Amino acid sequence: MSELNDAQNALLEIISGIKKGHHPGGAINIRANGQLAERHVSENINITSKTDKPGIDIWIKSTCQGESCYIPVVMDESGMVDVVYNDFHVEDGADVTIVAGCGIHNCGNSDSQHDGIHRFFIGNNAHVKYVENHYGSGDGNGKRILNPVTEIHAGEKCIVEMEMVQIKGVDSTIRKTSSFIGKNSKLLIRERLMTHGHQTAISEYLTELNGEGSSADVVSRSVAKDDSYQKYISNIVGNAPCAGHTECDAILMDNARVIAVPELDAANIDASLVHEAAIGKIAGDQIIKLRTLGLTEEEAENAIIDGFLK
Amino acid sequence: MLELKNIIFDVTGDDKKKKRIIDDVSLKLDENKFYVITGPNGSGKSTLAKLIMGIETPTSGNILLNGQDITGLDITERAKLGISFALQQPVRFKGIQVLDLLKMAAKNNESFKDKALSTGEACEYLSAVGLCAREYINREVNSSLSGGELKRIEIATVLARGTKVTLFDEPEAGIDLWSFQNLISVFEDMRKSIRGTVVIISHQERILNIADEIILLADGKIKKIGKKEDMLIDILGAGVASGAFCGKIQPTDKDKGAC
Ligand SMILES: Nc1ncnc2c1ncn2[C@@H]1O[C@H](COP(=O)(O)OP(=O)(O)OP(=O)(O)O)[C@@H](O)[C@H]1O
Ligand SMILES: [Mg+2]
Repeated sequence: MSELNDAQNALLEIISGIKKGHHPGGAINIRANGQLAERHVSENINITSKTDKPGIDIWIKSTCQGESCYIPVVMDESGMVDVVYNDFHVEDGADVTIVAGCGIHNCGNSDSQHDGIHRFFIGNNAHVKYVENHYGSGDGNGKRILNPVTEIHAGEKCIVEMEMVQIKGVDSTIRKTSSFIGKNSKLLIRERLMTHGHQTAISEYLTELNGEGSSADVVSRSVAKDDSYQKYISNIVGNAPCAGHTECDAILMDNARVIAVPELDAANIDASLVHEAAIGKIAGDQIIKLRTLGLTEEEAENAIIDGFLK
Repeated sequence: MLELKNIIFDVTGDDKKKKRIIDDVSLKLDENKFYVITGPNGSGKSTLAKLIMGIETPTSGNILLNGQDITGLDITERAKLGISFALQQPVRFKGIQVLDLLKMAAKNNESFKDKALSTGEACEYLSAVGLCAREYINREVNSSLSGGELKRIEIATVLARGTKVTLFDEPEAGIDLWSFQNLISVFEDMRKSIRGTVVIISHQERILNIADEIILLADGKIKKIGKKEDMLIDILGAGVASGAFCGKIQPTDKDKGAC
């Protein structure tokens, strides 16, 4: 295990809220520049390294009730490509919050890339809250690239909440999230995204509602600035009596481009699926209202965006 | 003092024809006075308020605030000089919470100096407009709020600004009867504490009752300024006059009486 340097500590705090040298409690596994930097396990959450490929297995026991598990990744070495396979095994009845995320600081001229492949195997009656924060910094010409792949297998009567945030500094992202939801289980996905400069972000969601009484709410809120490009693809498949809703709500600025591709596939007479998509610039009357409170046009824009992405 | 000098506001309609919305309006609005602007729908009341706030720019004429010509100033500059405006149709924001909005509003309020508005202070403004502060302070100002709730929050933000000139555009619209009386006392308190110019656009007799002066607008012109007693006939007359345009549409037998 190695000590984190200052840049890595700064990234760590931004993506996970963990302050330097401070142990937040629960289980923790910090990966820095492709290596294990720190690990603590708890009575209810065990973490083991994979032997066949890079990555970890996270074992969350039934006795885990309201504990947190932190698995942040930080990178500050230019030109590095890091691929990691993390599997979460959540036992029946467990209640856990997982704080993941990746921060890349790239001052160099080669691209830095982290691809996290996360799989969740969730037992019955479990409650999983997953929070993932992606962030990039550094002024080199090298790109900061994140391509997360997430796969969720939820049993019966589960609640799975996924919160994915990417607000700044990631040049290129392709996010693929597939979910397979069992009987009476509920999936909530909240994506918040801001792109600027020449960044591109593609999010692809496939949600299969396979069990009777299952439901999904897949919602993306995003702001696209400058010359950035976003594409949001969300496909909900209803294979059973179920309820699915997907929504893309985007604010468009400058020369940016946003594409929303919702797809609904109802394969059961009692599947009820809805999609909504709205893309447009900030409403003029919103800016006017905030200006009447004394904000400048720029301050008003920022306040509207901050609120929208909060 | 707020002064309007020969304000004219023209718009070009869809038919490319010029339409005069405000027709040579001159007005002097004193400090420590309560004005109510009334008049038929479409007479130009909201437009006049927007011209004062800088949301619309007059085709000709001048607006002066305490002697300073503010005609060329934009919305933000006028807001900072001490003009506030509660909109007839308040705006909704996804994600912005009531507390955020109140904090933005109070930012230039001198009575908070450079301190940010505290949650407790924010709650007082909400209570003043009859909203249970605890319930609303963290609500998003989005489409989940009812029309009346939104209208009250709009009034609260304007109260939080505490400016010398405040314009309310039909503040009573959508507000239930019980709260209406409280709303009136809010306006009265406001005038007492700030000693500023309060202008309320309203059709409500109970608001007309508390006005120092009533300004009757019709077809973009000031028809009369005065006390309620002297104006009732004019006010009723103006309403009838505005209905006159119905005569231009040839009524069929079936429509008879519809106007
Ligand atoms: N930008 C514009 N383009 C065309 N017509 C306009 C414009 N702004 C206002 N008008 C017209 O000017 C007239 C005055 O509008 P205004 O909103 O000021 O009326 P009001 O007196 O506030 O009416 P109400 O009592 O219904 O609120 C209306 O006939 C309206 O349609
Ligand atoms: Mg109006």
